[in-house]
Amino acid sequence: MTMLATIFCPEGGHFALALACALALMQGVLPLAGLRRTDSPLTALARPLALSQCLALLFAWTCLVTASLGNDFSLKLIAETSAINKPWAYKIAGLWGNHEGSLLLWVTLLSLWCAGLALLPGQSAARPEGLPLRLRARLLALLGLVGAGFQLFCLTTSNPFLRLWPVPADGMGMNPLLQDPGLAVHPPLLYSGYVGFAVPFAFAISALLDGRANALWARHMRPWVISAWALLTLGITLGSWWSYSVLGWGGYWFWDPVENAALIPWLTGTALLHSVLVVEKRNLLHVWCLLLAIATFAFSLSGTFLVRSGILNSVHAFANDPARGLFILGLLGLYGGGSLLLFAIRAPALPTPQAGFSPLSRESALLLNNILLCTLCAVVLTGTLYPPFMQLLFGRTLSVGKPFFDATTIPLTLPLLAVMGVSMALPWRQTRADRLLPRLAPALLITAGNILPAFWLFPTPLAALSALLALWVISAALCDLILRLRGLPEGSRQLHRLPRSLWAASLAHVGVGVTILGLCGMAGSQERLIEARPGTHATLTGRDWELTALTAHHGPNYEVVEAHLTIRHHDAHGPVLTELTPEIRLFPRQGQRTLHVAILHRPLEDLYAALGSVKEERDPQGQSHYSAILRLHENPLASWIWLGGIVMALGGGLHLLPSRRRPKPVEGELRSCR
Amino acid sequence: MRLAVTLLLLLLVSPTCLAVDTPDEMLSDPALERKAQQIGQQLRCLVCQNESIEESSAPLARDLRHAVRQQLQQGHTAKEIRAWMVQRYGEFIRLRPAFSPATALLWLMPLLSLMVALLLACRFWYRPAPPPAPLTPEERRTLDSLLKKD
Amino acid sequence: MPLTRRHLLAALPSLGAAGLGLGFIRMLHGLDRGQFDPRAINTPLTGQPVPEFPALSSLPGQAGLTREDFRTMTQPVLLSVWASWCLPCVEEIPFISQLAASLAAPRKKRDAPLALWGLCYKDQPASASRWLERAGQPFTRLGLDQDGQAAIEWGVTGVPEAFLIMPDPQVGGRIVWHGTGGLTEAVYQTRVVPHLEAAP
Repeated sequence: MTMLATIFCPEGGHFALALACALALMQGVLPLAGLRRTDSPLTALARPLALSQCLALLFAWTCLVTASLGNDFSLKLIAETSAINKPWAYKIAGLWGNHEGSLLLWVTLLSLWCAGLALLPGQSAARPEGLPLRLRARLLALLGLVGAGFQLFCLTTSNPFLRLWPVPADGMGMNPLLQDPGLAVHPPLLYSGYVGFAVPFAFAISALLDGRANALWARHMRPWVISAWALLTLGITLGSWWSYSVLGWGGYWFWDPVENAALIPWLTGTALLHSVLVVEKRNLLHVWCLLLAIATFAFSLSGTFLVRSGILNSVHAFANDPARGLFILGLLGLYGGGSLLLFAIRAPALPTPQAGFSPLSRESALLLNNILLCTLCAVVLTGTLYPPFMQLLFGRTLSVGKPFFDATTIPLTLPLLAVMGVSMALPWRQTRADRLLPRLAPALLITAGNILPAFWLFPTPLAALSALLALWVISAALCDLILRLRGLPEGSRQLHRLPRSLWAASLAHVGVGVTILGLCGMAGSQERLIEARPGTHATLTGRDWELTALTAHHGPNYEVVEAHLTIRHHDAHGPVLTELTPEIRLFPRQGQRTLHVAILHRPLEDLYAALGSVKEERDPQGQSHYSAILRLHENPLASWIWLGGIVMALGGGLHLLPSRRRPKPVEGELRSCR
Repeated sequence: MRLAVTLLLLLLVSPTCLAVDTPDEMLSDPALERKAQQIGQQLRCLVCQNESIEESSAPLARDLRHAVRQQLQQGHTAKEIRAWMVQRYGEFIRLRPAFSPATALLWLMPLLSLMVALLLACRFWYRPAPPPAPLTPEERRTLDSLLKKD
Repeated sequence: MPLTRRHLLAALPSLGAAGLGLGFIRMLHGLDRGQFDPRAINTPLTGQPVPEFPALSSLPGQAGLTREDFRTMTQPVLLSVWASWCLPCVEEIPFISQLAASLAAPRKKRDAPLALWGLCYKDQPASASRWLERAGQPFTRLGLDQDGQAAIEWGVTGVPEAFLIMPDPQVGGRIVWHGTGGLTEAVYQTRVVPHLEAAP
């Protein structure tokens, strides 16, 4: 049985990947050929081809996972990243912690999105609101072309099924830093977000080919934008939480080029999410929306792939290989450059409605949101690419880091928050200031009432101002919900009668506010660095931290040194609050160590301890004494940062739930576009 | 006993860029120490290049942290300390690049792109509102049924 | 079809993308040939006088290194910064000893005059002297920088590094070239020799 698996799994997986590539190419070419005529059986092939391509890739994964669980070190990928004594969960998760595996994950997720698109019921007599079948065939074909290119890349330069001879007795083991539950889930989430933006991209290309983009097109595209955005939000949130809980100095965002590479498509994706609404409700801004859809996917591609080229100076980079970089750049040029060229040729000819905006209208607020988000995006992009381009063009080396990004992005985020609060209360088309003000009054009162507490609670005026604006966003979103509920006809004032999209938007806005509050809280984090022998007490913000013991034990594939800390309220005699055990893990095989931070998440603060190193000293009697270097933090509102991210993603998820039939349309604004 | 064995192993393991370092290097004056941290956070570690010298535990970062504190105690200003660093390691060490002809585009980017975007968007606010582009009857039916369901 | 402002605006994104793409191609090309390194640090010291640094003692029986030595130097100096604990420095040994041998017994005119000096960074004297034995005592002057303070003045960011210093009576020695990474025959021939030949 094992023998059979050893022979079959690698080759079976390799074959499945090659088959999937061929299927993707067919999925890309055949339906497009069929669409040239009115009624061709080729068009109908898109769906079965997409499904079978997805099955082939899932089969390839099954083979890879079986081989990894069975310690088949004849596979180069497994020999280089796995080892016999690695915990089984990481034998699976470790597969996407490297270039080849993560690329296979990328193409598989793309095929899953395709399968989702193929399985969703299309337009029929019973479901006139479904996706038109011809549009779906074209979308699947375009996605097939994207998939085929990257599967070809996978097969030719980064094949995860390459064999090794002679077969080593044991693998080299994984980078210990990656042996962490957060990091096992982070890439799939982040990648599904990145890849998910391929669907809006296909919508945009299809619209350019058709020469038509209208409200209906936007309506069909919106759920795909929202789902990709929600997944990307979750992925970034998880990545940030990982660096907070693993890297050991309490930082959550480093403005590293690779982090920026994820933030850039998130910013344009968020802008797309909002501009799609304007296209749908007001039939305006199509061209802009098309460009955003293309740009978001192009940035996703550059984000996932420039990381692998070695151009950017980053800690997170994969093993770099300029030859691969060139192939990637070719693909980027083909998909990103090709579609921008198509945009340059076709977009000017798109019919544009000559309608204007009233300054006091929701579309106007959404336009402002887009302007600010895209400016933020331009700043992050420039900051990320400035150093390599300065070096290339002028031979000068310089750095653009956290202090620069803090100084430039915060002033742009604050007006964005201010607009966010107003936007929910604004109706489409236009309103008058005397109607708007009463709607905003409750939120304004709440925010104004908290000015003094904010400046008292938060350490810097900037943090206090940001926190106030975050509060403004949250209270405006919630007050708007309440006001709309009161606007419902008497007798039907139930929460579920409000449109789900309204709920979703409010929830997402509350999430943004919560994250910003968390960031402001973190500005006041307190830390202490101590060198302590067991029995030593240290005080931090009115609590007593005692190092009770230092111990060591075995882990599955590592050795552990643990510091046992007891934290008490007030002083050394106060009631015990909690115990924390930060540890150092040693991975002898890789000759590396990792920190494992101990964190107590409380609603209003995180208690955070990291063990830096342990020293041995001998006294004159030859007795050994151990002392530990510990970093203790108190991080106010830290968990709010990630809680907000989850709430944002939940907002997106809520939007996607199939909506219940409402008894009758409620809001006048929904009818206004007819 | 196990602790001793594991600690021996610890010595064999290569030191990496771990963020926790010895406390004895910190200044006793909390205000001065905070100032030192603020300066250090703006200086890039030249070994672990994705951290500031305040976060990195590379030996060179430790030396530079020490240099920052020593000079602060001698009464040097933040500006002087930065200049001292740049004189030795170049502009590369500044995580917040100085404004110069070379970085003008970088620093002006927020203003520049905001102005361009506002200029482009102006058209929308100043345009009269003629009727929107018509949908085909089929699309209209679909949209209607969608909106009813929504 | 008349070209309108819309055409120009719509073409802008692809023009921008093309510019970025061209840049990326050049960078990848440079990476391939070792001309582009995103982690590279330009030393501001190139072209500058030798910095002031604390006087360094040496191993027993060898001349130490002080700022004064650069004021009195008469021939170009190649200063190698190394440590016995650094793997690339151990890999550098064969070239260093070969260079030292050829400088001691010049066969061609251009081989001399050049002096090879060493700066040993944060090292134990015992292990440093073992390294020197393996390399065949290549340095005519050697400074032991045990606390790394002199290296900070020189702007050293890691080992191995090398500086080429030309005699300049006015400022007392001027740095004309600085290299990070180990010295090899290729680096010596392409980077160091041209400076030596250009010198009067």
